[in-house]
Amino acid sequence: MAVKIVEQDLHEEFQATIREAAANAKPLQIIGGGSKAFYGNASEGEALDVSGHSGVIDYDPAELVITLRAGCKLKDVETLLAEHNQMFGFEPPLFSDQATIGGMIASGLSGPRRAFSGAVRDFILGVKILDGRGDVLNFGGRVIKNVAGFDLSRLMVGAMGTLGVLLEVSLRVIPKFETEATLSFVHETAEDHIQWINELGGRPLPLSASMWHKGQSLIRLSGSERGVSSAIEKLGGESSDAVWEQLKEQNYPFFKGQTSLMRISLPPTTHFQLNRDQLIEWGGAQRWLQGGSDMEVLRGRASHFHGSLCIFRGSSETHPAFQAPDDAVLSLHRSLKSKFDPARIFNRDRLYLGL
Amino acid sequence: MTASKKQQEDPLAADKMLDKRNKLADLFRRFLNRESVIDQTTSLAAYECDGLSAYRQTPLLVVLPDTIEQVQQVVTLCHEHRIPIVSRGAGTSLSGGALPHEDGIVLSLAKMNRILNIDQLSRTVVVEPGVRNLAVSEAVQHLGLYYAPDPSSQIACSIGGNVAENAGGVHCLKYGLTVHNILGAKLVMPNGELVILGQQSLQSQGYDLLALVIGSEGMLGVVVEVTLKLLPIPECARVLMGVFDDVEKAGNSVAEIIAKGIIPAGIELMDNPAIRAAEDFVKAGYPIEAEAILICELDGTEEEVEAQITRVEAVMKAAGANETRLAKDEAERLLFWSGRKAAFPAVGRISPDYYCIDGTIPRKTLGVVLNEIRRLSEEYKLPIANVFHAGDGNLHPLILYDANNEGELEKTEELGSKILQLCIAQGGTITGEHGVGVEKIGEMCVQFSELELNQFHAIRDSFDSNRIMNPGKGIPTLARCAEFNAMHVHNGELPFPELERL
Repeated sequence: MAVKIVEQDLHEEFQATIREAAANAKPLQIIGGGSKAFYGNASEGEALDVSGHSGVIDYDPAELVITLRAGCKLKDVETLLAEHNQMFGFEPPLFSDQATIGGMIASGLSGPRRAFSGAVRDFILGVKILDGRGDVLNFGGRVIKNVAGFDLSRLMVGAMGTLGVLLEVSLRVIPKFETEATLSFVHETAEDHIQWINELGGRPLPLSASMWHKGQSLIRLSGSERGVSSAIEKLGGESSDAVWEQLKEQNYPFFKGQTSLMRISLPPTTHFQLNRDQLIEWGGAQRWLQGGSDMEVLRGRASHFHGSLCIFRGSSETHPAFQAPDDAVLSLHRSLKSKFDPARIFNRDRLYLGL
Repeated sequence: MTASKKQQEDPLAADKMLDKRNKLADLFRRFLNRESVIDQTTSLAAYECDGLSAYRQTPLLVVLPDTIEQVQQVVTLCHEHRIPIVSRGAGTSLSGGALPHEDGIVLSLAKMNRILNIDQLSRTVVVEPGVRNLAVSEAVQHLGLYYAPDPSSQIACSIGGNVAENAGGVHCLKYGLTVHNILGAKLVMPNGELVILGQQSLQSQGYDLLALVIGSEGMLGVVVEVTLKLLPIPECARVLMGVFDDVEKAGNSVAEIIAKGIIPAGIELMDNPAIRAAEDFVKAGYPIEAEAILICELDGTEEEVEAQITRVEAVMKAAGANETRLAKDEAERLLFWSGRKAAFPAVGRISPDYYCIDGTIPRKTLGVVLNEIRRLSEEYKLPIANVFHAGDGNLHPLILYDANNEGELEKTEELGSKILQLCIAQGGTITGEHGVGVEKIGEMCVQFSELELNQFHAIRDSFDSNRIMNPGKGIPTLARCAEFNAMHVHNGELPFPELERL
């Protein structure tokens, strides 16, 4: 049965709430499905529930573009796309059936496919937002190529709702692959895995995901039947279960029961010595480890290698979720924030403390 | 192009200008070599226009810094003295992005053309902004790698310019635009401060300032170093040509191919006038009687490509192709492409001047848009040849005109503006890859509301409080919009009132 997505336009309600909040400088917390509430710092203020603002504005599969109200449930949208043999190319994590499109954009999280076919920011084409004055603004569009005006739609990705309320989003979608296969290989150390996977990355192979944990490397191949089978012949390895859904949703055994979780983002081939259990994705660019008392030390080391450390779960006021950028970049953040949200009502502190 | 919009200067103003030029040249020569500051009128002439040669302006000076520190010094000095800066790469912009400012300097990045680091394992290359696009792929070819964005001007255009315009190319449906292929950049802010944007780590944190700078047409700072992503060269690439007796049939077959789940590496449409011009010029073997041809490149592993060719051939035939031709070898593949890649100069041979439009539309509106373009062409009595990045909806109608005919340039621009407004009305945009520059600044007033334009200006102020970077380009002032609307809105109605605005 075809998926049913509720049609409901609540933007005028939001507008009234925003205008009142702005007039009284009262903070608002924008809330979609609450699936990623743990991500980012604690914020303050009244909840602005945007999950009811839902509906498909436009979807023509042959255009490879979908335009949605931001309250649409990600799960329903993925079902709708699958009905047309399409999907989001960045494999976004849901973390709950309640996850919304707006939350997917605001958190900017991508899944296992990221290193090979791109991140959320690579697929966003346009947005309609309500800014901190309650004004409706449109940026970007519904076409794949568009360089008119500054690219303010990509600025919304990963902004954690600090710049405005997302009303509508246009995204590029991709066809589903004919087939996928998962292969397993043995690599004793993280360094061996990283060397190997990056060498593979330089060859024309239909790679679509990689991970390493406890001496085991897993890769996924996606493509046509013939393309994937010929790659399997070239690569060898053991056929393995597809762990990717578990990995994306953090149900994989490594993540079980972790209340504090760190994500280190690095240039993929960085030698980053760690004497503890870690799970590596994205060819080495994303490394997960359990939280510990050394997080600030690791932060320093990560930035030394032009990377950063995020306290993905379990951040606190003393150990905020995101690593503060250098002064010049931070002051650009403050300035941009003030241009979208002059009364500083949206999601205070959620991205950086004081923002 | 022969006509120009160059302003005539009165003698008194000319004297003052010379005085200002000399004083400024002295200031720059405190930290730049003599020859890195160009102040002779004859030498300045080389910088008075870019690829959009209908617009010309002599700059006050041209400076050619050689290092990041020198760029910072130049920018700091201009910031303090509020001197407009127009950054320039190879000067191939088709929208006047590098058109000089009469009271400002041109900051040429031509000397900063070094490839700084090639990292085979992580498949990245760090370059200075003056490096030519094609030089990157040439430098890494022996490693089996290449840089994907390939604008038609790739032999000449620079990476810095590609970043400023978010350049595309014929392969961007599958491999993305510049923004998808850049991992990081160093930016000299309009106050001279150096900031590092983006991370190679794939999970950016905070606002995506790198994406904001890409495509910002030199208004947010000077990009002085860029980290590019490289891709493995596909094992195999084949080109299939579809020949059609109707442009719409060709357009429909593109939608059909994509609906089948195939993303071609490139898929280009040319109409009859474009086919004739190209064939006459490069003898690519195009059928000159055809109303349209589709050039479809498929790449991947041998097995994948073989399977896709069969499917694409079937789709084209079912959509009404009279015939399909498969390039038999690499030489013929390149020959099929040569006609398309030479389409602009080919049109340049059959007409004294031509004007290239860069609108993008949702693909499904192609039929409506092409019919309307045909009607406008007849109304204005100016022939139009169409080349079209069919996969991503990016149109390049080429208006043929003769600037020596009184008033014809103006008529051409008016026709161009109508086509762009048609694209907006159909849910598209005024520029897919060439940028707004000076050329499409009026049409920005149609595409964006006052509130949105104000927001763009506010964003710009976050970077450039003195508004010295490429002033007058990209984002129109509201005064400019009032002027434009007075000229183009009749009886309070926008063009194409009958069309729904998306």
